[in-house]
Amino acid sequence: MEYDLTCESVCKKFGEFTAVDDVSFQIPSGSFFSILGPSGCGKTTLMRMIAGFESTTSGDIKIKGNSVLSLPPNKRNVKMVFQHLALFPMMNVFENIAYGLRCQGVGKEEIKRKVQDVLERVSLPDVGSKEISQLSGGQKQRIAIARCMVLDPDVLLLDEPLGALDLKLRESMKIELKLLQHQFNTTFIYITHDQSEALVMSDNVAVMNQGRFEQIGTPQALYHKPASAFVAGFVGDANRWSGRVVEGADGAVKVQTDGGLSLVGTAAGGSLSGSGTDVEIFVRPEFITVARAKGDAPAQVNGQNHQRGVVDSLLFNGANSRVLVRSTNNQLIEADFLLTGGTDDLKPGDAVDLSWSIERSACFQAARG
Amino acid sequence: MDKDIKRLSLILLMAPFALWILLLIIIPHVGIFLLSLREKISYKEFTYGLGNYIEFLNEPIYWNTLLRTGSMSLLVTILALLIGFPVAYYIAKVARKKSKGALFLLCLLPLWVSELIRTFGWILLLRETGVVSGFLQTIGIIDQPVEFLYNDVTVIMGLVYTVMLFMIVPLVSTLDGMDDAMVEAGYNLGGSGFTVLRRIIIPYAMPGIVAGSIVVFMLAAGSYLTPILLGGKNSSWFTEQIYDQFITRYNWESGAAFGFLLLAFTSIVVWLGLRLTGQSLATTVAKD
Ligand SMILES: Nc1ncnc2c1ncn2[C@@H]1O[C@H](COP(=O)(O)OP(=O)(O)OP(=O)(O)O)[C@@H](O)[C@H]1O
Ligand SMILES: [Mg+2]
Repeated sequence: MEYDLTCESVCKKFGEFTAVDDVSFQIPSGSFFSILGPSGCGKTTLMRMIAGFESTTSGDIKIKGNSVLSLPPNKRNVKMVFQHLALFPMMNVFENIAYGLRCQGVGKEEIKRKVQDVLERVSLPDVGSKEISQLSGGQKQRIAIARCMVLDPDVLLLDEPLGALDLKLRESMKIELKLLQHQFNTTFIYITHDQSEALVMSDNVAVMNQGRFEQIGTPQALYHKPASAFVAGFVGDANRWSGRVVEGADGAVKVQTDGGLSLVGTAAGGSLSGSGTDVEIFVRPEFITVARAKGDAPAQVNGQNHQRGVVDSLLFNGANSRVLVRSTNNQLIEADFLLTGGTDDLKPGDAVDLSWSIERSACFQAARG
Repeated sequence: MDKDIKRLSLILLMAPFALWILLLIIIPHVGIFLLSLREKISYKEFTYGLGNYIEFLNEPIYWNTLLRTGSMSLLVTILALLIGFPVAYYIAKVARKKSKGALFLLCLLPLWVSELIRTFGWILLLRETGVVSGFLQTIGIIDQPVEFLYNDVTVIMGLVYTVMLFMIVPLVSTLDGMDDAMVEAGYNLGGSGFTVLRRIIIPYAMPGIVAGSIVVFMLAAGSYLTPILLGGKNSSWFTEQIYDQFITRYNWESGAAFGFLLLAFTSIVVWLGLRLTGQSLATTVAKD
């Protein structure tokens, strides 16, 4: 397989502080790759190293197989969409897009043709003569992408480009970006701290934390098979308990949470160091089944955890509605539940039985320290 | 009622400003303009006409002086811009937050002492028996005292030094507003350092450049002490001609005409400059 971008053990230190720590990854041609991580984890720094605005402390960066460390930013065929877009306010839309072509010394007629072509591809054929300040947020976004794509880059870097947009526009731009990437068939590297953006758009996602890559994988793999407690907590919603192993180290382990729930989980991210180990347990709300309580004790089914509780509150959000259940030992558990608006909906105070599978209860060894 | 109070407070607020404009700007200028149209026939007998202006045109030494003042002021403006731009760029974009204030203060320093003292400083350094001449003799580069004063280079140097701050301040304030990402985008899209400077930084800083240049040009063309003291009696600065007419020859009428000509000349140069750079007063001075 051909790789557009390869990073090998890239490190970046600012004085004593390590902003990017031993990051390695490869991105196949034409794919949409996201780097997802909380604020300050080093995403922008990594991006700036790829674009050439920051030197690497160690490691190598290759584009199409050739090391680019010795190339200055204006010689690398990596284009970047900046967080606040950085369109040139003193030029109109046409001039903004033509800037890069002019730098390459492309002829007048060809510039005209290429700019018109790229404007059509981002579905804004008539804005060429407009000033930047006359564009809407979403249009600016597309012009910023067009300005890079007209140069036919090997890799397009996008640093949280949707951060400045309002929620509604952000939702529609997400899909549009994905479509644009398909259309141009260029490798996109998309930086974000919003997990839903990363999951929706990407072919592959890298989860970054404190300068390190925690896991690289498809959105499904990250969601269903997180490799570490951080990934499990950061990608998607989950009930999160800390607790202690009572029995077992591999496969199914019996754990007791600090709040007093006892349940059986599955050791994830390598085997645990036996009973007494501090663990963190993650259970996603959609894997918890809610049923009205019947009889005296919750019905037992093999391979399932059970818990009886009382509905504390309803969190209505259309198809993503949830109930918050207070267990008998006073722990709050979130579970997906379809609220139809009918008379048989759950109400606060109703007694319910919760059950979820052992396989869906991921136990990670807690970080020491 | 409420409206009246608002209007009254507006009038009260604007009154000092209006008074200032009226008393110190409009009335004197109208007076000088009327004066410039007056021609003396004999003692206490006058007619009105363009005689003073015609006299100016007929005497090459007058309009040569005006052109010379204009071109030297232009040179001062260009030099101040060439020196001031890198300094302003450094203060606005390279220097760290903490050192910014200190650097600004350093630029302000020359304005702390009066123009007279400042110019005498130059004289102390540059005269025949001055510090520079003495130093060059000591290290043996020249073998007899050299006079560095009373030439155009010295006048221009002195003027550039005086007006530098007025170039740097507007430049710093426009460059300060420039997003670093824009420069980086310029490089990222394939621009060389020169392209980024020419196509991005300078166009962005244009309002500041024009504002600074207008102020500097006006200050240089209208300055009096520096050209006289550093250039000597032969500096041929137009303000000196005006002074001459008013004080030495006691010919207020033609002095007034000269004053008006200087005003008109600098205004035309500024207007031309604005036209050439495609700016307007509104975009440079009243930038959003
Ligand atoms: N020039 C620098 N000098 C010193 N430290 C820096 C520098 N640039 C970044 N850092 C530090 O490196 C860390 C990572 O910064 P970076 O900008 O890469 O974060 P990020 O992941 O992009 O965060 P965000 O999501 O908020 O943009 C931060 O702790 C930051 O303080
Ligand atoms: Mg960032």
